[in-house]
Amino acid sequence: MALITCKKACFAYEGRVIIDHLDLKIKSNEYLCVVGENGSGKSTLIKGLLGLITPVRGCVHYGEGLQRSAIGYLPQRTDVQNDFPASVWEVVTSGCRGRSPFLTASMRKTAMENIELLGIESIRRQSFMELSGGQQQRALLARALCATRSLLLMDEPVAGLDPLVTREMYEIIEMLHRERGLTVVMISHDIGAALNYADRILHMSNGACFLGTPDEYRSTELGQAFAGGASHV
Amino acid sequence: MFDMLQTMFSYHFMVRAFVVGILVSLCAALLGVSLVLKRYSMIGDGLSHVGFGSLAVATAMGLSPMLITIPVVVLAAFLLLRLSSRGKLKGDAAIAMISTGSLATGVIVLSLSSGMTSDVNNYLFGSVLAMSVSDVWLSVVLAVVVLILFIIFYRPIFAVTFDETFARATGSHAEAYNMLLAFLTAVTIVLGMRVMGSMLISSLIIFPALTAMRVCRSFRSVTICSAVVSVVCFFAGLCCSYLFSTPAGASVVVANIIAFLIFSLVALLKKRA
Repeated sequence: MALITCKKACFAYEGRVIIDHLDLKIKSNEYLCVVGENGSGKSTLIKGLLGLITPVRGCVHYGEGLQRSAIGYLPQRTDVQNDFPASVWEVVTSGCRGRSPFLTASMRKTAMENIELLGIESIRRQSFMELSGGQQQRALLARALCATRSLLLMDEPVAGLDPLVTREMYEIIEMLHRERGLTVVMISHDIGAALNYADRILHMSNGACFLGTPDEYRSTELGQAFAGGASHV
Repeated sequence: MFDMLQTMFSYHFMVRAFVVGILVSLCAALLGVSLVLKRYSMIGDGLSHVGFGSLAVATAMGLSPMLITIPVVVLAAFLLLRLSSRGKLKGDAAIAMISTGSLATGVIVLSLSSGMTSDVNNYLFGSVLAMSVSDVWLSVVLAVVVLILFIIFYRPIFAVTFDETFARATGSHAEAYNMLLAFLTAVTIVLGMRVMGSMLISSLIIFPALTAMRVCRSFRSVTICSAVVSVVCFFAGLCCSYLFSTPAGASVVVANIIAFLIFSLVALLKKRA
């Protein structure tokens, strides 16, 4: 049984089919990187997995007791408002889900744990809009962790970050995957890092599609063309 | 000063205007923070025009103005929300169309039924004499309901305002909260329209939130500051209107402009320091 199963799923955006007949099983505790050209439907796939868009044909199943409300999501940075008056604490706790509309003691505890895990306790009272890009990403990651204990979907988590912060981000994600047993699905343009960290690679392009381990990917024509020099990492 | 307040509050219509006005400015300020941040400010403005149209029609037909206007404006709120989120027409253009359309209808109905008298002026720019005792009771009850709903749903409203996609992705009923926000806004606008005037009521939604955002940096502090600024400005505006015999709604707006300028200055000084 897989955590998420896509069976012959087709996703359309504004009447145009972007993803056609996708078969994908995301297993528990795996690290899947989604790579491919712009416009090949990577973000559409993430939205489909999140249930934000429904497949026009085929289906998406959640298994192993996964609830839609228990998926952690880190959106693309451009989708988050940068001039919004909110403290880090407010942003992180907005990820907590529960029956009560109020912030309960257990939600506070979860939020605090995730804030400590990501090392942002010193800035938790600061305003989100005054933070650096890397700090903002950590806050948003902490928010995503409040929503989930099992699955993290990320849309280009390192886009626009400097190399040092990028490496820190990858290490945090790797730690969450290894130590917390989180299943990670990440869209990335950083093919080198994808090959380095992921258990499996999904390469999406218009028409052709590859799904397999990094080693298998390196040996394909598609992988060699796309990864280029990075294939020696 | 004390004498002035005492004389002012000896007029029942002033007490009524204060009670309704303060409750409405509180509700408007709280909702305004979310509306401004969600880029929905124009919805508030559009709704007040729709309110004017339906108020005119209700009065011409001899029906209870509040009971007719509230459902009409609530429906318009849902419609405008839908238009701005997914309409084929451009959202802002659609809002402008509906506002001017309602305004035109209202003016025609008013001129046909009673002639273009000072009535129109009262509708457009508000009057402290507008509220009857039953209007006041209805307003108090509805304003309290708006406040309670806002407090209960404060956290989800924040989540949906900050990042609607995330809220939706993690299973929150974003659509329902947007509708709630539109509903509460519609009710608040109708309640405040009589005193503030339909041309000026949307200032109560927009000004306090923007003023608070000059200085405050977290959502909670912006919300609280906006509420305080709004109530203080309404009180000051209405007092000035009584003292200098200026129109009530316009005086409240001027008080809000002054508050905005003061807060902008404070923000500037804070940045320099």
